[in-house]
Amino acid sequence: MTCAPEMAIGAQNLTKQFGRFTALDRLTLDVGRGQIFGLLGPNGAGKSTAIKILTTLLDATDGSARVAGFDVATQPVEVRRRIGYVPQLLSADGALTARENLNLSARLYGLRGTERSDRIADALAFAGLEDVAGKLVRTYSGGMIRRLEIAQATLHGPEVLFLDEPTIGLDPSARRTVWERLQQLQQTKGMTILLTTHDMEEADFLCGELAILHRGRLAALGKPDALKAQVGPEATLDDVFFHFSGTVIERGGSYRAIRETRGAINRLG
Amino acid sequence: MLAILYETAAVADAEIRKLMRDPTEVFSRAVQPVLWLAVFGQVFSKVRGIPTGSLRYLDYMAPGILAQSILFSAIFYGIAIIWERDLGIVHKLLVTPAHRSALVLGKATAAGLRGLVQAIVVYLVAIALDVHIRWAPLPMLTVAAAVFLGSCVFATFSLVIACIVKTRERFMGIGQVLTMPLFFASNAIYPLELMPPWLKTAATFNPLTYLVDALRGAMIVEGQSVYPYATSFGVLLLAFAVLLALASRLYPGLAR
Repeated sequence: MTCAPEMAIGAQNLTKQFGRFTALDRLTLDVGRGQIFGLLGPNGAGKSTAIKILTTLLDATDGSARVAGFDVATQPVEVRRRIGYVPQLLSADGALTARENLNLSARLYGLRGTERSDRIADALAFAGLEDVAGKLVRTYSGGMIRRLEIAQATLHGPEVLFLDEPTIGLDPSARRTVWERLQQLQQTKGMTILLTTHDMEEADFLCGELAILHRGRLAALGKPDALKAQVGPEATLDDVFFHFSGTVIERGGSYRAIRETRGAINRLG
Repeated sequence: MLAILYETAAVADAEIRKLMRDPTEVFSRAVQPVLWLAVFGQVFSKVRGIPTGSLRYLDYMAPGILAQSILFSAIFYGIAIIWERDLGIVHKLLVTPAHRSALVLGKATAAGLRGLVQAIVVYLVAIALDVHIRWAPLPMLTVAAAVFLGSCVFATFSLVIACIVKTRERFMGIGQVLTMPLFFASNAIYPLELMPPWLKTAATFNPLTYLVDALRGAMIVEGQSVYPYATSFGVLLLAFAVLLALASRLYPGLAR
């Protein structure tokens, strides 16, 4: 394994096959510590597969990956202690209050006593939910739920935070608030953040470096400005995306994907 | 080991809070036992169609109906994790360093406690119908232990099924298909000796039989168990251990 110690994420030839379908094809990439890294690509490009392997939810068919200094296949528990994950779907439990959601996560991360109550208080302040901490999450707006989910995923002070489509279904002001929270985590805690997105404005605004996936393969890698320069003098990130993936950005995807996003949006209110 | 217990308690705590917010289920589940005891039990007591020795048939079947109500509610427990999978809650739990077995055990524990609440409801129905209940502390503790363990067994079985089928529609179908055979291939409403040999064999492999048998000895006045408590509790514990191991292995597959 050659992965420089300053790297937060290092993937080498990461491959995932579902039967005969190759969802991820020899993905190799490094993400330096303290960066916000964007993983872009059309639906089915392998973004979620990559994130699931890096968060230890899925085993790779071939290749290897290290996250926060540990191998995801052989040391999954060490990796889990050091990462946070906000899935695309709704991960806050609507039948519990914000405080109960945070309490559950804190206990599963092994936080106890005053450390636990301090962290929960900090998380509620970070999410701006102190006044409604005792209300059921199902009464929250989409933006409040997203902030809670990010607070819940960072409660234990992870080194690396993964987010799958963090602002999908949010209105512009809620989206802006999520961006600010993510920048705050990077700047004040030095957290490394890897996110997948369809939203080129989001990628442009947040990400120091981008990877574009297409049919499971790495199609482009670089800083947003460098990628734009490669495509043309006036190019936007949308042009870059089209150039490397041959696809216009379009929401859609499989029936299941649509059902899940719509379901999540409905539930988010 | 301590960490597993701590994590289990965390999951159970969250589950119980959710159950307490929605108590309608406990009461809607009480409707069936009422029907079985009030209608089926009353009629068959009069007919004397099923020989139960000196015991009234209504008394004989009361433990069977308690076991049935536990089975019927626990067997659908897994639907919750399918719901949690369709959202992203399973994913969130699985990226924590918590033991996978603790995530499952926490849910089983919550199901066990729910079973105890349900037992109280069935006891109320039984009292109303003048079933002769044993009120001594030790038998009641035995009933509580059997109810708790039985709920854990069938709830974990339900989780295993949910992890395999993964969709609500298939899960509901399989749940419906399983409950009646488990119920009828047991000693819940008739004794083992009355069964044809093939059914008797099936019943001896059915954990519900051991739950009913333990309850029959402990719950009612002059009730007799066929097996010693050690056998019944041993079988239930073994079934729970096997199902727990299986569910802990299958549960991470929900996030794939």
